[in-house]
Amino acid sequence: MSVLAQLAVIFLVCLISEGICALLPIAFPAAVMAMVLLLLLLFGRAFKPEQLRESSDFLLDHMAFFFVPGCVSLIKYWDVMAANLLPILVIILVTTPLVFFLTGHAVQLTLRLMTRKEETKQ
Amino acid sequence: MMQAILDSPLLGLGLSAATFALGRWIQKKTGWTIANPLLISAVLSIALLLVLEIPYEAYAQGGEFINLMLSPVTAILALGIYNQRAVLKRYFVPVLVGCLVGSASSVLSVLGLCRLFGLDQTITAALIPKSCTTAIALGIAEAKGGIVAITAACVIFTGLVGALGAPLFAKVFRITDPVAQGLAVGACSHALGTSKAREMGELQGAMSSIAIGVCGLLTVLLSLVLPL
Repeated sequence: MSVLAQLAVIFLVCLISEGICALLPIAFPAAVMAMVLLLLLLFGRAFKPEQLRESSDFLLDHMAFFFVPGCVSLIKYWDVMAANLLPILVIILVTTPLVFFLTGHAVQLTLRLMTRKEETKQ
Repeated sequence: MMQAILDSPLLGLGLSAATFALGRWIQKKTGWTIANPLLISAVLSIALLLVLEIPYEAYAQGGEFINLMLSPVTAILALGIYNQRAVLKRYFVPVLVGCLVGSASSVLSVLGLCRLFGLDQTITAALIPKSCTTAIALGIAEAKGGIVAITAACVIFTGLVGALGAPLFAKVFRITDPVAQGLAVGACSHALGTSKAREMGELQGAMSSIAIGVCGLLTVLLSLVLPL
């Protein structure tokens, strides 16, 4: 597929997702719906990842660029952010290691249980 | 003339592209995690708007164009999951358990602390998805009525804490298995952490990039059922 055709496919998937989300009774993010839809199309062999190579390589490689305006809009909300800065910092500094700890140990426990099950089977 | 420049969306587009390109160059030169291109670009753009007294609205005209691409960028994450399908199949149960525990513990601990500090709805909803990758986090925050700008800032900060702290966390918490390390990094610090996970090892990198998509999806589902 040409790059324009690739972009057309991606845009179309996003557009359809917005339509689907408008029909849903819950507030489901359309962008995530687009990801699910694209994943289903890939698993359903509608097209191969190579067919989207150029555009997906560019988008994945420059992903963070598309978040710049979101961050810059902090100017507008700086007073709200400043008023709650301390609790926000505490929350991030506490929960990030906590999630690391819980996830890591949950996975290690699962792997240990799985190997034990394999061993008893043999 | 000045008015014509301020009225053009090219101002916001050009400023964003220029500062981001500079940010990438600085990261490449220094190799530091903290020299994050998005962080540099956002700080420089804000500083330039303030110093040159450019109204935010003038910047936002161009910013809107870039925001339009958020949905395609999120959709492309599907390729990240699909390309790792062999590893995903092999470690399906650990991935599912890890991402479930990761998403649930992140959402619940953030929600609990927000309630404890008495933060209002717009900030709580902005913080809930902070461990997700930015594209998904912004979608969740918006759907829940949070201030998207705060989400964007908190996602970067969380990512930096996770990426910088990952080797230390793994050591202190005794997470020695590469699969567990990768999933833990991905679950707590999304794409920013994944770059660090790749430095820790190939399996860690693969696990971390799987966790981005899977945790993102699970967090969306969790945020739907949460009383917010």
